[in-house]
Amino acid sequence: MSNDIILETRDLTKHYGGVHALEGANFTLRKGEHVAIMGDNGAGKSTFVRQITGVEQRTRGEIIFDGQPAQFAGPLDAREAGIETVFQTLALADDLDVPDNLFLGREKTKWDWLGPFRLLDYKAMRDATMAGLEKTAVKIPNLNNPIRNMSGGQRQCVAIARTATFHSKLTIMDEPTAALGVQETAQVENIIRTLKEAGEPLILISHNMRQVFDLVDRIIVFRRGRICANLRKEDTDGQDVVAYITGAKTQPEYAEAE
Amino acid sequence: MSDHSHGIGGLTFDRSKRAWPNEINVLGALVLIIVIFEALGAYLMGQSFLFDSNERFDSIFNEARLRIIILQVSIIGIIAIGVTQVIITGGIDLSSGSVVGATAMIAMSFAQVAEVNGYPNPKAIFGPGLMDLPVLVPIVVGLICGVIAGAINGMLIAYTRIPPFIATLGMMVTARGVAKWWSKGNPVSFPTDSYAGIGSGMMPVVWFVALAVLFHLILKYTVYGKHTYAIGSNEDGARMAGINVARHKVLVYVIAAMLASFAAIILSSKNLTAQAGMGLVYELDAIAMAVIGGVSLSGGRGSILGTVLGALIFGVIISGFTFLRLDAYYQEMVKGVIIVAAVVLDQWRQRRAASKS
Ligand SMILES: Nc1ncnc2c1ncn2[C@@H]1O[C@H](COP(=O)(O)OP(=O)(O)O)[C@@H](O)[C@H]1O
Ligand SMILES: [Mg+2]
Repeated sequence: MSNDIILETRDLTKHYGGVHALEGANFTLRKGEHVAIMGDNGAGKSTFVRQITGVEQRTRGEIIFDGQPAQFAGPLDAREAGIETVFQTLALADDLDVPDNLFLGREKTKWDWLGPFRLLDYKAMRDATMAGLEKTAVKIPNLNNPIRNMSGGQRQCVAIARTATFHSKLTIMDEPTAALGVQETAQVENIIRTLKEAGEPLILISHNMRQVFDLVDRIIVFRRGRICANLRKEDTDGQDVVAYITGAKTQPEYAEAE
Repeated sequence: MSDHSHGIGGLTFDRSKRAWPNEINVLGALVLIIVIFEALGAYLMGQSFLFDSNERFDSIFNEARLRIIILQVSIIGIIAIGVTQVIITGGIDLSSGSVVGATAMIAMSFAQVAEVNGYPNPKAIFGPGLMDLPVLVPIVVGLICGVIAGAINGMLIAYTRIPPFIATLGMMVTARGVAKWWSKGNPVSFPTDSYAGIGSGMMPVVWFVALAVLFHLILKYTVYGKHTYAIGSNEDGARMAGINVARHKVLVYVIAAMLASFAAIILSSKNLTAQAGMGLVYELDAIAMAVIGGVSLSGGRGSILGTVLGALIFGVIISGFTFLRLDAYYQEMVKGVIIVAAVVLDQWRQRRAASKS
C-alpha cells in the first residue's frame, strides 16, 4: 500500500520566529497523481514547497518521500532524490544561456579529476537541451544567448524544461503561469499534460481555477498556514473551492485545528 | 528570412539574434582612444603616438612606447585577472594592493643571497641558513601568503556575511600593516639570480599573457567558471540549483589573492627589492581595468579578454598623457576620472539592459 505513495508529510510545520507560516500539514500524493494547491497569498503554499525541497529546514514534522524518511540538507539533495521544482521566484541565472541554466549545478563534464576545474561538456548539454525543449514546443531564437533577453514565457519554459529534461519522481511547480500571457500559459499547460501522460506525479500551485480544473485530479486548500480542505475534482466546483479559500467553509476533519 | 529551423521541436536558430559580444565595443574604444592620441600628437607635438615617426628602418611601430605600455599594465593586469573573477561573483576585492606589499616583503626575505660582492648581505632578514635558497621556496612562500589572505577574505564574506567591501577593506589595512611590520619598514633587497629572473626584461608580459589565456579558458570552459557567473547573476538561484556558494566564493577570493601574490613576486623580482609601500592603490587600478573592460560591478558579466583590453586602454591613456607631456599630477586626476566614468558607463549599460527586457 505504501508503495503506491510517492510523498507523504506528517505534521509538517515551519515557523519564522513568531510567524507560523505552516502548521501541522498532513498531505499524501500517490504515484502518477496530479494535485493542485490553492489558497490566498500568504497562506503558506510556497513555504510548504520550501520545506519539502530542502530549501529551508522545517521546524517540526516528517517527510516521507518514495518510501524513505527524507531529511534533505539542501535543494540539490532533494533533486538528486528525484524532486524537480520550478520555484515561484525563478531560480535562473540571467547572464547564462539556456543549456547553462538547464544544467546549472549538475553540469555534464569531462576530465572530472580536475575537481572544480573539470571541463564542461557543452555539446552533450546542448543536445540534451534540444531534446528537453522539444517537449515544450517553445520557440527560442538562439540557445546561446543569455536568457535575460527572453520574454517571461520563454524564461518560464526554460525553467520548466529544466524539470522536464530530467526524469523525476516528483515535479513541483509554484505558480508557473502567474506572469504569463494566454499562449504562453497554454504551452506550460501542455507540458503538464505530457507529465501526466508519462505518469509523473505533480504538485501544482496555482490561483487559476480553470487551469486547476483542467489539469489536476485533486485540490488541496491552504488557509493561514493550515490545510483546510482536500477535495477530489469530481466532488467539487469553483464556487466550493472559493468558499474554502476565503474561510466560508472548512472540512470537518480539519476544523478542530482552527 | 533568417529563420532556420534545427529540425527539432520548436527550436529555431537565428544567427541574426546572436548577442553582440561586449568585447568588440571595448576593442572599438581602444582603437578610438589611440586615434585620439594620434590626432593630438600630430596636432600638438608633430609626432606619432604609437607609430614610428623617427624614420628608423626596422619597424613601423614605436616599439619603445609599446613595450612601456604593455610592461606597465602587465603586473597590475595579473591582479586584474583575479579581481575580474571576484567582481563577476558580485563581490569586490580592495586588498590586492596591500597583499602585493606584504607578499613582496615576505617572499623576498626567502630569496636573498648571503653575500653581495663578497660582503654579507646588508639587508639580510634571516640568518645564513635561510639564504641562497632554491627559487621554489620564495615562490611557494609567496603563494601561501596569497592563500592565507584570500581564505580570510573569502571566509569572512561567505560565512559571516560581512559585505565584501568591508571584509577586504579590513584585509587592505591589515596586510599593509604586515608589510610594514615585517622588517620594521626596511626594504628587503639582493635576491638570488634565479629569483631575479622571474620578472626580468619582458617576463612580466609573458606571465600576464599566459595567466590571462589560462584564466580566460578556465572561466569559459570549466565548472568553476560557470558557477562564478551563476553566483554573480543570481546568487539565490545558484544556491537553489545546488551550488555550494560559500565554498565557491572562498575559492574565488583565494585565487584572486594568489594572483596578487604572484604579481608581488614578479614586481619584487623586477625591481630587485621589496618595500612596504609596494602595490599602493593597485587594487583601484585593477578594478578600473576590469570595469573599463566591461566587467559589471553588479556581477554576472564580463570576461578576462575584456579585462585585458581594459588594461590596454588603461595603459594607453596613462602613457598617452606622458606622451603629451602632461604632469604626473594630471595623470592621477585622470585615473580617478576614468574609474568613475567606467562605473557610470556600467550603470548606464545596466539600466539600458533592464529597460529592454
Ligand atoms: N523567510 C521568511 N521569513 C518570515 N516570514 C516569512 C518568510 N517566508 C514567508 N514568510 C511568511 O509566511 C507566510 C506564508 O508565505 P508563503 O508561503 O510565501 O505564502 P504563499 O506562497 O501561500 O503566498 C506569509 O505570511 C509570509 O509573509
Ligand atoms: Mg507563494
